[in-house]
Amino acid sequence: MFLNEKSILSSATTASAWRGLLVLALLALPLLAPAQLRIEIVDGVEGAMPIAVVPFAWESEMPQPASGVADIISANLRRSGLFEPMAQAQMVERPTRPPEVRFGTWRLLQVDHLVIGRVLDAPDGVGQEIEYHLLDVHSGRILLSQALPVAPGDLRFGAHRVSDAIYEALIGIPGAFATRIAYVVVTDIGGTDELFELVVADADGYNPQTVVRNTQPLLSPAWSPDGRRLAYVSFATGRSNVIVQDLFTGQTDIVSSSRGINGAPAFSPDGRRLAVSLSAGGSPDIWVIDLENGRRQQLTHHWSINTEPAWSTDGQRIFFTSDRAGRPQIHVMNADGSNLERVTFEGRFNARPSIGMEDRFLAVIHSDGDNDFRIAIYDRENDRLRVLSNGRLDESPSFAPNGSMVLYAARENGRGVLAAVSADGRIRQRLVASEGDVREPAWSPIIR
Amino acid sequence: MKTALRFTALLMLVAFLAACARDVREEPPAPEPPPPPPAPVEVDRLDPRDFTDARNLDNPDSLLSQRTIYFEFDRSNVRAQFMPIVDAHAAFIRANPSARVILEGHTDERGSREYNLGLGERRGTSVQDLLVASGVPARQIEVVSFGKERPVCRESNEDCWQRNRRTEIVYTAR
Repeated sequence: MFLNEKSILSSATTASAWRGLLVLALLALPLLAPAQLRIEIVDGVEGAMPIAVVPFAWESEMPQPASGVADIISANLRRSGLFEPMAQAQMVERPTRPPEVRFGTWRLLQVDHLVIGRVLDAPDGVGQEIEYHLLDVHSGRILLSQALPVAPGDLRFGAHRVSDAIYEALIGIPGAFATRIAYVVVTDIGGTDELFELVVADADGYNPQTVVRNTQPLLSPAWSPDGRRLAYVSFATGRSNVIVQDLFTGQTDIVSSSRGINGAPAFSPDGRRLAVSLSAGGSPDIWVIDLENGRRQQLTHHWSINTEPAWSTDGQRIFFTSDRAGRPQIHVMNADGSNLERVTFEGRFNARPSIGMEDRFLAVIHSDGDNDFRIAIYDRENDRLRVLSNGRLDESPSFAPNGSMVLYAARENGRGVLAAVSADGRIRQRLVASEGDVREPAWSPIIR
Repeated sequence: MKTALRFTALLMLVAFLAACARDVREEPPAPEPPPPPPAPVEVDRLDPRDFTDARNLDNPDSLLSQRTIYFEFDRSNVRAQFMPIVDAHAAFIRANPSARVILEGHTDERGSREYNLGLGERRGTSVQDLLVASGVPARQIEVVSFGKERPVCRESNEDCWQRNRRTEIVYTAR
């Protein structure tokens, strides 16, 4: 077998499930681990917060992994653009418990906050525990102390959860490090043939796993609210089908294979329904499929293109793209199809809404003409549209679950890449793969 | 080394699968007609304007060998210059009840993927409407939109875009 299991398992709680998934993948084609994304910061904020994450003491019987918990936390905080973590080489002292901290040293080193901790075996013998403290260097106060239980093999994700807690304590909104991203990688395999792979990786790019691969197009991945399932569109049969795949069991259900287009899946916030765009009635309309009993309800009835549904946070309304007014614009309606109204008016093209900050923001693909398609955020509260990206073919915006960043697809030198920009436009990242065309990113909810 | 071998194996398998897939989309050339009788009174000559003859689907001199209709940006109406191609195929499908076509609608890379699926379908449907209007039974036609997922040209310029905005007439049976 080609599998290096250590590199595959992102989380022991999900380990057997991932293994099941991989067996399925192996049946289809030999497995090549997809290329890992490397995240580069293009722009950070001026005056990012100086913080020191001291290497954690390893007090566990388990073998110590190559990248330590402190490394992962530092990298996460740096990537957010809001922090400037100190290099470990500059740390003249390495406390691991609060009584060992000499605040004067850290004041001299000009850091505002200090993170220290230890990795221990769990008291019940199953898995480990990350004990950590967040300290305010100036006041000498402990801001946060926690012992976080970690399932066997789940240390990376444990470090992401610690990062989330530190981020929330210092920034005031929850972090989005303990999340995953889904995306599609397209590779040329000779002639005009291409291999499409739907990949799921941790939000920092680690542990990329192929969920499904095909020589026909795959697009529009969408997460279930519990992060267990992905809905996507597959052309494996030569026609578009909407598929829901359980990432833990590998179970795959064809949810819609009607005549015509079966596209644009979006889980309702309760995870029980899937909004889709189907053209069985002659042109693409928004439908809702009940995933428990398969019942379908048609919400729009219009000759125009109605697609790309996105649920409001409370599940009561659905935003979507429609060109009923001539050009594509964002519209909204109640989840039963009533009270339809147009939302965006600025620009010739606004499509594919992604919802952030409790429905206040819509990230959209925006264009004023026909040639430059950029990511914009429409602020519904202030009726303002702000263009955030500067590419020519930027697309597929996807809000982080905490609303801090928008992940999107761009083209760079003729190649598909992923990029992320903060909601205020100040922080920019590139997510670079060593090969292939990367597109269709979807940021998961927080993985509990 | 091992990786290279694996990759080669993958490529071979993928190539094989692709070959299988292609067989479904494109029939091999029609078999040669049986040899003419020994003392023919007239030679069976292929008239490229005989749009009922399946051999013309592979005859470069015949309009039937042209199976792609191109569109303007964000439009789905069939332009006058492409009507003769549509008419030729209408005549063929009408005369051959066993014939089945998929009208593949495609778009250029601008705009969102799912919106482009809708736009590609409009392009397929407008060709379908013309075929049906000229008497082709709807059951012989299927429209499948690939949106911008299957470009024939990958560059970001108008020359490339106009080659990608198309409906392909694909015979699944002749």
